[in-house]
Amino acid sequence: MSTMTQQSDTEAPSIPHAEGTDLVIRLEQVWKTYQMGDQDVNALAGVDLTIKRGSFWAISGSSGSGKSTMLNLLGCLDRPTKGTYLLEGRNIADTSDDELSDIRLKHLGFVFQNFHLIPQLTVQENIALPLFYQGIIGADASEQAAKLATRVGLGDRLEHRPTELSGGQQQRVAIARALSNNPSVLLADEPTGNLDTATGNSIMELLGELHAQGKTIIMVTHEPDIAAHADYELVMRDGNIESISENPPHPSRSDHGGHGS
Amino acid sequence: MIGSRFFRNVRLGIKTLMLHKMRSMLTMLGMVFGVGAVIAMLAVGEGASREALDQIRRLGSQNIIINSQKPVEQAAAGAMNVRMNIYGLLYDDLERIRQSYETVERVVPAKLIRGQGRVDGRTLELRIVGTSPEWSQLVQRNLLTGRNMNQRDMEEHSNVVVLTEHGVRRLLAGRQTLGSKVLINSGYYTVIGVVQSEESQSSTMQTPDQNIDAYIPINVAIERYGDMSVTRTSGSRTRELVELHQIIVQVDSIDHVESTAAAIDRMLSIHHPKGDYSLSVPLALLRQAESTQRTFSIVLGSIAGISLLIGGIGIMNIMLASVTERTKEIGIRRAIGAKRKQIVGQFLIETVVLSVTGGLIGIGIGILIPWIITLVAQMPTAVTAWSVGLSVVISVGIGIVFGMYPAMRAANLDPIVALRHE
Repeated sequence: MSTMTQQSDTEAPSIPHAEGTDLVIRLEQVWKTYQMGDQDVNALAGVDLTIKRGSFWAISGSSGSGKSTMLNLLGCLDRPTKGTYLLEGRNIADTSDDELSDIRLKHLGFVFQNFHLIPQLTVQENIALPLFYQGIIGADASEQAAKLATRVGLGDRLEHRPTELSGGQQQRVAIARALSNNPSVLLADEPTGNLDTATGNSIMELLGELHAQGKTIIMVTHEPDIAAHADYELVMRDGNIESISENPPHPSRSDHGGHGS
Repeated sequence: MIGSRFFRNVRLGIKTLMLHKMRSMLTMLGMVFGVGAVIAMLAVGEGASREALDQIRRLGSQNIIINSQKPVEQAAAGAMNVRMNIYGLLYDDLERIRQSYETVERVVPAKLIRGQGRVDGRTLELRIVGTSPEWSQLVQRNLLTGRNMNQRDMEEHSNVVVLTEHGVRRLLAGRQTLGSKVLINSGYYTVIGVVQSEESQSSTMQTPDQNIDAYIPINVAIERYGDMSVTRTSGSRTRELVELHQIIVQVDSIDHVESTAAAIDRMLSIHHPKGDYSLSVPLALLRQAESTQRTFSIVLGSIAGISLLIGGIGIMNIMLASVTERTKEIGIRRAIGAKRKQIVGQFLIETVVLSVTGGLIGIGIGILIPWIITLVAQMPTAVTAWSVGLSVVISVGIGIVFGMYPAMRAANLDPIVALRHE
């Protein structure tokens, strides 16, 4: 994993994990209301939350608790009905669809439960997709994609199709894709949900490494041992935050630096 | 940069379409046959009409042609009895037309006499055309060698003849042509020129046997053969007295052709109550043929247009299915940060690639079919540049028009819903 240490040195040297005053996300009295027939349903009911740069959050909660709505909102796939959502100091509540797309493109990276790779594209092309929409194409994009593939341990699979890869490998490609625009926040929706325990653990290790390098990660999960990897565990209930607890340092992070040889 | 991104999009579109080769090919078939049909139909129509129009045009668009015509009741009577038929245009008519109309530029008379040409042992049925030197200016026929008849031939009542290439080949093959003497009926004529034969290919126009014409000065024709002709059929003889068989009138401009023709017709009908003449205006025929051709093209075009429409609907249908099938892909792209217009662009490029590829193959087929028709059925065809150009425009247009709806539908999907789609 020597490449990873190198990466962390060049990519995020100025964001020390411990320094906590730098906010990436701030929610103030955020409401999300859906119309179901003639009834209004509050998926989010006045949520307040601040997320520091470089922190790792796990969101859990029973179905219907509003955790999916929360992730969609944080991921700028949706806008709050009421309230303020500041991402990198910018209020998301009053943006157009195009602006929202632009924010996703520049500041956010998504990792999904079902990997969500595009089947007709190769590994390299999938990873380079965010670059493509940023207008970075050709040799620059290929080089960057190849580097990211190597970083997630798939440097020798560049020309493979997603269907030729195992689930764990596909999720690694998805993570590499989410990293290619160097996002402020990495959002993961049940990243291990479709993987066996061993593969799931290796994916969590990868996320842990990224966290150790200073990435802000927000993950939705219902598995307690997966949630245990995060710094903070947030539990949702009836559209609001039930509890936030700070975890002790996880073994997968604690031995960062000496790990992987 | 935008250019290379566009090409990447096109490449991606092709790649995506290649994932479903069979489906893409079947989708394209509609366009292939639609465009192929448009070009082939127009080529066949164009070929047929071009030939007809050419023949009419050669008669001269500024000309009015008046022919002598045997009146109906006399034609019936003449078949049974030995008697004299007197009908047709008169020398007086010629003078009347020449002097009465300001818009008339030239008037050329013609006497048509059946005859036989003879050189040594060889004989050939000829149509003797007694006419004036102006004939050659009115009727466009290429002079191959020698000269046309001139005013001096008329004044000197010269026994000269202009033959056709066909006539020369039959009568004078292997000999010196110009200056040779040819015996026509009872008199000798000196050959002064040869004009190109007129091969009449289609039977749509009633063209006289112009390739056995022998042109001589009209005054010589009158002196030698008179106005009477005798036709012998089995058991009966028909004598006919016709002064002039044809008068060709040239009008000073195309704009005056129809009004002059009407005036001449009125005048002639007074002097010919039996109606023993017919008047035809090549310009009118031309216009009629052109309008027939236009109708023909519109009908063919509509049929081809319907097949193109069906092709377009087929493409739209497949693209709608494709949007549904790829809902998740659209969701992924949107989540990553693709804007609506980029999704529209992606799907639009795919439909345009489909329709244009289909269109290009269709153009190939549309050019091939007329070529085969010409080869096999000996029918003239003409693939026009504008029909090919039109097809390219139409196929791009169909791609855009029928691709727009599926593309908009793809772009307007809610990314959250699209991502959840299975």
